[in-house]
Amino acid sequence: MSKAVVDLPPKGGFSFDLCRRNDMLAKKGVNPPSFRKTGTTIVGLIFQDGVILGADTRATEGPIVCDKNCEKIHYMAPNIYCCGAGTAADTEAVTDMVSSQLQLHRYHTGRESRVVTALTLLKRHLFSYQGHVQAALVLGGVDVTGPHLHTIYPHGSTDTLPYATMGSGSLAAMAVFESKYKEGLTRDEGIQLVAEAICSGIFNDLGSGSNVDICVITKGHKDYLRNHLLPNPRTYISEKGYPFPKKIEVLLTKITPLKEKVEIIEAGDAMEE
Amino acid sequence: MQFTDAKLLPDASSCSLDSERTLYPYVTGTSVVAFKYRDGILMAADMGGSYGSTLRYKTVERIKPIGQHSLLGASGEISDFQEILRYLDELILYDNMWDDGNSLGPKEVHNYLTRVMYNRRNKFNPLWNSLVLGGVKNGQKYLGMVSMIGVNFEDNHVATGFGNHLARPILRDEWNENLSFEDGVKLLEKCMRVLLYRDRSAVNKLQIAKITEEGATIFPPYSLKTFWGFEAYKNPTIGAEGSW
Repeated sequence: MSKAVVDLPPKGGFSFDLCRRNDMLAKKGVNPPSFRKTGTTIVGLIFQDGVILGADTRATEGPIVCDKNCEKIHYMAPNIYCCGAGTAADTEAVTDMVSSQLQLHRYHTGRESRVVTALTLLKRHLFSYQGHVQAALVLGGVDVTGPHLHTIYPHGSTDTLPYATMGSGSLAAMAVFESKYKEGLTRDEGIQLVAEAICSGIFNDLGSGSNVDICVITKGHKDYLRNHLLPNPRTYISEKGYPFPKKIEVLLTKITPLKEKVEIIEAGDAMEE
Repeated sequence: MQFTDAKLLPDASSCSLDSERTLYPYVTGTSVVAFKYRDGILMAADMGGSYGSTLRYKTVERIKPIGQHSLLGASGEISDFQEILRYLDELILYDNMWDDGNSLGPKEVHNYLTRVMYNRRNKFNPLWNSLVLGGVKNGQKYLGMVSMIGVNFEDNHVATGFGNHLARPILRDEWNENLSFEDGVKLLEKCMRVLLYRDRSAVNKLQIAKITEEGATIFPPYSLKTFWGFEAYKNPTIGAEGSW
């Protein structure tokens, strides 16, 4: 009797094949390398005319700050943006993927993307990976049905809220929101409150730091305020300068201005239509 | 044939000495928030004693006056707090018996508590509490904290448990040295309200206590007003049918 090897098509979802090996290795003291996480404070709130999203800019690798000024507010659609906390690779990959899916969907339907579409695509993906894709997201946007703000947890559950915070600095930011949020905020009040909440996370949480990024989305228009606030400037610069010891002789000085050699393309978001 | 029974070897987990040390807390109190204000120290704690995830006791006084000059607030295991109160009772009693006109101030009581907590932790039998000690003596205000492992420090505003994450950011922004009593109470209420919204073991029944040069006053319990009237809460998933 011949044993027919049935080649099953890949079913998608997480493949748990290597888990036994990893467990065995962990018991022997060989731990997997730690991930690049985005520590993080991310917030969102709904104001009078739309949604404001905010994020800090520190990315950590264990105890080290590996990126002082990273971008945590990701583009999903011209009217939808998403902040990501958790493992940096996971948030980038998942938002990129859903952004592409939304683009294809826009071509297919000929209509502006809706926030619930992005929400459903994200939550279905995250749930099918049972929490192993560690992305905690704050999704906000304005579509034909109005402004929306959602939080999405790594296991795939979602919440629809007027104000939301995620990440390690979420409690510090939530303390600010709970004491100061009210409905019907104007654009400036909203930006001020979001900046305050992110600063609370930056100064009270060790996983968050550096600068404040803000994105304001209203009907038909968005403002991506990169580095809206820089509350951690480099203040100490040695007055003596950094002189070389005199023994080093300068043999030749040649300065080539690179600007003439490179053609600079007009700055603009390459992803946008 | 005789085999040595491995179970007869001394093993910490199987011998009865386990029942003589605290392994987990059972009835716990949640955060305490305190800060210095113009005339002394203001402290607040709610009156809840949780038994795991049940809110078992709702009239637990977690702030007590110690001697003439101090207030002690505690979070964590309530029975250990009562034990600490007995130790302090004895301490104050002996101090009074000297009858020398001197009385133990907050700094001294704080030091005593630190020693007690640290020594218990070294014996692997901790008193499962985070203590806040505040007081005024000879015009000097003092506010300190001791944790269950013996970490102690002094600061202008302290909080235990969840208060560290939710109340301290607010205090760092809005505290200043010359708060009046009314402003101090407003600030305390702001912190306790956020804790009420976001800490699952918080109860809406809190006590505020103040201590000044004149003495300690623990005010009767009352509850905070909360606001749930956001438009967005009325029909949250109107835009996203099927989600929550």
